[in-house]
Amino acid sequence: MNIIGKSVIRKEAFDKVTGRAKYTADELSGPSLHARIVTSPYGHARILSIDDSLAREITGVRAIIVGSHEFPLTGEEIRDRPPLAVDKVRYYGEPVALVVADRYEIAKKAAELIEVKYELLPVINSPTEALKEDAPILHPNLMSYEKIGTAYPVAHSNISNVTKIRKGNIENGWSQSEVSVEATYGFSPSSHSAMETRAATAEIKPDGYVHITTSSQAPFMVKRLMGIYFGIDIGKIIVETPLVGGAYGGKAPIQWEVLAYLASRAVGGKRVKIVYTREEDLTTAPCHVGLEALVKIGCTMEGVITAAEMVYWFDGGAYSDKAIDVSRAGGVDCIGPYNIDNVWCDSLCVYTNHPYGTPFRGFGHSEVLFAFERTMNMLAKKIGMDPLEFRKRNSILPGHTTPTQVVLNKNTVGYLPPCIDRLKDLLDWDQGEITEVDDRRIRVKGIACSWKTSTIDTDASSGVIITFNSDGSMNLMSGVVEIGTGTKTILAQILAERMKMDVEQIHVKMDVHTQTTPEHWKTVASRGVFMAGRAVLEAAEDVIRQIKDVAACVLRTSTEDLEVAFGRVFLKDEPEVGLMLKDVVYGYKFPNGNSIGGQIVGYGNYILRRMTYLDPETGAGQPGPEWTVAAHGVEVEYDKRDFTYKLVRAATVVDIGVVLNHKAALGQVMGAMSMGLAFAGRETFVFDELGRVMNPQLRTYRPIHYGENPRYLVDFVINPVENAPYGSRGVGEHGLLGMPAALANALSIAAGVELNELPLTPELIWRTKGAEL
Amino acid sequence: MTFRNADVLLDVLRYQLGLTGAKPGCLNGDCGACTVNIDGAAQKSCLMLAVEAIGKEILTIEGLNAPIQGVFVDQFAFQCGYCTSGFIMNAHSLIETKKNPSDEEITAWLESNICRCTGYMEIEKAVKSVIHLPKGP
Ligand code: FES
Ligand code: FES
Repeated sequence: MNIIGKSVIRKEAFDKVTGRAKYTADELSGPSLHARIVTSPYGHARILSIDDSLAREITGVRAIIVGSHEFPLTGEEIRDRPPLAVDKVRYYGEPVALVVADRYEIAKKAAELIEVKYELLPVINSPTEALKEDAPILHPNLMSYEKIGTAYPVAHSNISNVTKIRKGNIENGWSQSEVSVEATYGFSPSSHSAMETRAATAEIKPDGYVHITTSSQAPFMVKRLMGIYFGIDIGKIIVETPLVGGAYGGKAPIQWEVLAYLASRAVGGKRVKIVYTREEDLTTAPCHVGLEALVKIGCTMEGVITAAEMVYWFDGGAYSDKAIDVSRAGGVDCIGPYNIDNVWCDSLCVYTNHPYGTPFRGFGHSEVLFAFERTMNMLAKKIGMDPLEFRKRNSILPGHTTPTQVVLNKNTVGYLPPCIDRLKDLLDWDQGEITEVDDRRIRVKGIACSWKTSTIDTDASSGVIITFNSDGSMNLMSGVVEIGTGTKTILAQILAERMKMDVEQIHVKMDVHTQTTPEHWKTVASRGVFMAGRAVLEAAEDVIRQIKDVAACVLRTSTEDLEVAFGRVFLKDEPEVGLMLKDVVYGYKFPNGNSIGGQIVGYGNYILRRMTYLDPETGAGQPGPEWTVAAHGVEVEYDKRDFTYKLVRAATVVDIGVVLNHKAALGQVMGAMSMGLAFAGRETFVFDELGRVMNPQLRTYRPIHYGENPRYLVDFVINPVENAPYGSRGVGEHGLLGMPAALANALSIAAGVELNELPLTPELIWRTKGAEL
Repeated sequence: MTFRNADVLLDVLRYQLGLTGAKPGCLNGDCGACTVNIDGAAQKSCLMLAVEAIGKEILTIEGLNAPIQGVFVDQFAFQCGYCTSGFIMNAHSLIETKKNPSDEEITAWLESNICRCTGYMEIEKAVKSVIHLPKGP
């Protein structure tokens, strides 16, 4: 058999091209009521009064819910967020009230009739503003909030978390350095903009069981947190997740489920459905963090980096949610993929009056890499060295130590130098960075390198159950959510490979049901294949052992002499002696009717090993299992007259370990690159002085459309990892990581000015050039 | 069937006829996820009232059986699949309407749809592979 590496078609492919694929809002099986949110029109204001008398008069309105101290505070690290605002609103789009009605149109009409009076409060529009001495404190009770995670907030401030990274001795680093560059960077929050908006239904049955269906990357976390928030027995919470229409980290937090539950509770447990409008999905739902950064790197004249000193101020928005973790991840990998002896970094998560931040594909990495890799280019220029050579010279390798003082080996880090070499070929690097097209236009290449580990909970685990059908085929159940990454198809490939079976013989349960699917912590962090893949392999060993036990009895041999492959169990040295799996996996029946065995059911699980918390003073610790490395490039065609540009080519080379599904891997990398280029080049929330998002629609918040994409060049460096399923590394996010920096590096060369903000619009280039005139 | 004058076609298709292949993505004409074919022309069903469709032939993804679906599968032209119905219906209308469209025409046609998962190259390959298929008699 040889299924690993093959471009096996995704198991749910035919449902998706025939309109049969079902997402959360497509579930129409029973009657349900509908909820509509009333959201805050301001970034920061006191709620003076809420008058719902007109709304209550509308026929068909079943309940109107407003914020109350009775409701629990929610949050994953710090419980700082009321599900409906109480006393104050802290961001534009924040839920203020909820209307439940027979039909959506009625709920919408009633929501419009609810009159909320506000008194405006001063707005914090950036981390810099949040840290000013006279800034309003957004969460005066910060220190008394309950903490679920390991956050380190700062009292009487807008800082929800501090991560300190101290490696080596930064003073020594500076004294060894001969040349240095220091610069500041910044960008505002933006959006995941999955094409499916967030949606959930909730129902509380008379026996107390809570049924939630949600568009989520974390149905098991929904179950756990709903239990914590509302004191419900965890076994009485059942969460289902069908296919998810894009997520990118944005469906890892828990928000719309809580609203659906509150709505259902207010109408006696009836089923209530909430589907976010695009405007709510952009502004009410958690978003992609913003960042301000100060980066200083020093090196010798020969190009050896001796010191790196950074402060990252993450714009975590109004509530801390997972932005705290994102800022911690940004601290963990606060430098690029380089071996630097002396590293000093403070990574702060800061409250502002912006929509609150949550994971976004890359989890803090593309953000800090934008700042770091821009600085790397400036430093390379200053010492007159080729920027790729400079990076290659400083590449982090097995034997080196990360900023959190993990000593790397060949399994825990990929090889960057061959990625760089391959990138040079793909981009025709030797032909130079700049080519003239005509007297107006030039083509310019920019590059960046990246790395990433997955800083997920130290006790995150993944389980798999395998059952057999009477024809010998298998059912595979895993808690991984199919968010578009094709992970469940890859798990089927892994199982098929191990069982030496046709992948068509593996039937995958696509949706997740927390009562019948074993837990997979969250479908995030490019960990699906690694963790669930390990669990699949363990489950496969389990069923193979059981098959051999039955077969050994029938064939009167010892289990050691048996092999399972090609739908049979047989003697290794006499393959013609054996049994068909279909005659074993449902119990073996002897000719006289005696039977042994029974349906074979196997299970496996995997928990990340030896992960630790970080030391609060130095950051030392094991934050993630392994680091994937990549090299990226972008070529633009830049118009010198009006500062517009076209994306021509974009390249990524990743050390992927081993490719499990070729086309799926290419798709993941290209899709991530596309998202990175959109974030880098065009996407941002535009805030006014009241903290209002001025572009809450897809025509003003405009993703890349067909035809605006560059030509993607993707290649892989193969370098198998010992403890990973068939040697593969996570690859779902890595295409994105270097895109912002590579695009900014290209355009900085093209425009002849240092572009240190995002998004890289012609207007930004114009402004930056203007400032220099 | 009965519906209100104010009902948009997308809602009637989804919630009254149970045809959930057409997806809401923005209800504002910005994303194309809701695209269906009306008398052969691609139409965003969130921008059309159901009453406007009376007497017209509506083709949704559920009723489609065309080569474009197979090539979308072969070319991995989707990931989450949420944009797929709309992309396929739009591409199908293009293929049926224009003989040998140029790159510019294909782009002009397909740029009205957003895919957030792929890098679009897979979709381009899929669509072009059908355009260049030998047409039946
Ligand atoms: S839902 Fe119709 S264009 Fe977006
Ligand atoms: S496949 Fe997910 S949006 Fe296109």
